[in-house]
Amino acid sequence: MTDGHSEAETEPNATTDSATMTDDSEDELKTHSAGFESPPTGETIIEAEDVNVWYDDDRALEDISMAVPEHNVTAIIGPSGCGKSTFLRCINRMNDLIDDARVDGTLKLAGKNVYDEDVDPVALRRRVGMVFQKPNPFPKSIYDNVTYGLEMQGIDGDYDAIVEDALREAALWDEVSDRLHESGLELSGGQQQRLCIARAIAPDPEVLLMDEPASALDPVATSQIEDLIAELAEEYTVVIVTHNMQQAARISDKTAVFLTGGKLVEFDDTQKIFENPEHQRVEDYITGKFG
Amino acid sequence: MSSITSDLTTRTAKSPRERLARWFFFACAAISIVVTIGIVVVLVLGALKFFRSTGVALGMAPGDTVSLSSYLLEGKWTPGSEPQQFGLLAPLSATVMLMLGSAIIALPLGLAAAIYLSEYASDRMRSFLKPALEILAGVPTVVYGFFALVYITPLLDQLVPLGVGTFNMVSACIVVGIMIIPMVTSISEDAMNAVPDSLRQAGYGLGATKFDVSTTVVVPSAISGIASSYILALSRAIGETMAVAIAAGSQSTVMNPLNPVAYFSPNSPITAQMIQLATGDISAQGAAYHAMFALGLTLFVVTLAMNVVSELISSRYREVYR
Repeated sequence: MTDGHSEAETEPNATTDSATMTDDSEDELKTHSAGFESPPTGETIIEAEDVNVWYDDDRALEDISMAVPEHNVTAIIGPSGCGKSTFLRCINRMNDLIDDARVDGTLKLAGKNVYDEDVDPVALRRRVGMVFQKPNPFPKSIYDNVTYGLEMQGIDGDYDAIVEDALREAALWDEVSDRLHESGLELSGGQQQRLCIARAIAPDPEVLLMDEPASALDPVATSQIEDLIAELAEEYTVVIVTHNMQQAARISDKTAVFLTGGKLVEFDDTQKIFENPEHQRVEDYITGKFG
Repeated sequence: MSSITSDLTTRTAKSPRERLARWFFFACAAISIVVTIGIVVVLVLGALKFFRSTGVALGMAPGDTVSLSSYLLEGKWTPGSEPQQFGLLAPLSATVMLMLGSAIIALPLGLAAAIYLSEYASDRMRSFLKPALEILAGVPTVVYGFFALVYITPLLDQLVPLGVGTFNMVSACIVVGIMIIPMVTSISEDAMNAVPDSLRQAGYGLGATKFDVSTTVVVPSAISGIASSYILALSRAIGETMAVAIAAGSQSTVMNPLNPVAYFSPNSPITAQMIQLATGDISAQGAAYHAMFALGLTLFVVTLAMNVVSELISSRYREVYR
């Protein structure tokens, strides 16, 4: 088996020697499609079927199929370059912004394929919020950062109340309530990231995508963000990419393991993935034998 | 072994050639500073002789000097005819008109072009447009002057119901505006390129359109660079001479820069008046001669102040991205 890994990792000559692996992943898909019918924890909100992504001629994702249940935290883990961020960016079509990226397959949000001709990516992103790896508040006031999405989306309402709610949900209100009109850039890194979370949830999206949201933060700020994610899942569906396996184990309900070559190797309840994975490669990755 | 020791102890940095090179390069760098200082000294000395309070002490006849208050506060500029009068307000009003008029042309167009280049243009388009803009910046200003005189003014004459004269401020403002567009565009575009991509992504992630991201994220984030591009371009506009002298004529009258009708008349700003003084038949001892220095110093102070303001803006309001 150990030999098998190193071969699978050197992806380009994968046609013949990774036969076993292909079998594995097909098995895996069957297991999942069986699971699709009755997801134990909620209705499926995002459903990917055979999603492939190419950057020019490089295939970044290979036939990804998975179903993300509503009001859950789904973690995507895997080594660098395994395509986990790429997959996340398929969900809100941020990959459209990259000139040479090409996506095929279907990816349904609440039953509608977001890659259909008639889907407007701008409208899609209004339902699917995103939090990025590095905190990226606008050089505007804290208040204006939170209201930005509302203004862009033409949402009316009591902005003061929405701002307060969003900042409370993001566990930032108590720290900034007396200085809402100061620049968001004045905050610490962890506060900035919580501001970005508040900004993403203010327009009340269905899904919140988080791309390694704690990777640029110190341990204290990281644990604040982790606590927050658990709470957010009560209201939103959270899909989080992380390279930190302990983090995935701590905060997620479901875990998808991507391995080199842009393949989804295993997707199951987090507990199952970490305690008794189906695949030897997943176990090796989780126990730190590679990656 | 001994040859290695002698190699290792050779002092290349102190060899005559290295020392000579160092002094040569220093001298080249120093020349530009020395010349600049020299120009300022000449301007100040000439201007001191122009004003009565200092000029008399420098050996000028009182009749060949002008009081500072009449220079700053009066509005008749007639250096070439009797009675000679030197009221700065007339050429200054034309300079302000030139600044406002060219700003109306160049600031919106230059910014829009910068937005296009930075946010919308494909790499191919950009690689074609940027050099084209640089060529626009490289056209000799006298050519712009002729362009205004033989093309823009006749066109305006047809478009404006009452017609415009051969010389008028509006065509001068238009060509100077076109002339400074590349400066606005190139500095603004640099500032927009410096806006981190992560901010654009944040905007798109919140459901903003490309136009939204350009106008509500990129432009505000680059505002300090855009503001300094404006100020630098306008200080270039008020320093512009040839195109204005050709297009706007040689009359000098006080006009209200906020009155649009005034722009259809000829008027000559500080720079154009300096040309007239320099090329006219004036005595090297008279007030008209030293008036050139006073005008030059005035212009120098104004543009220096604008450059300082631009520096202040870009250092004070520059956003620091982490």
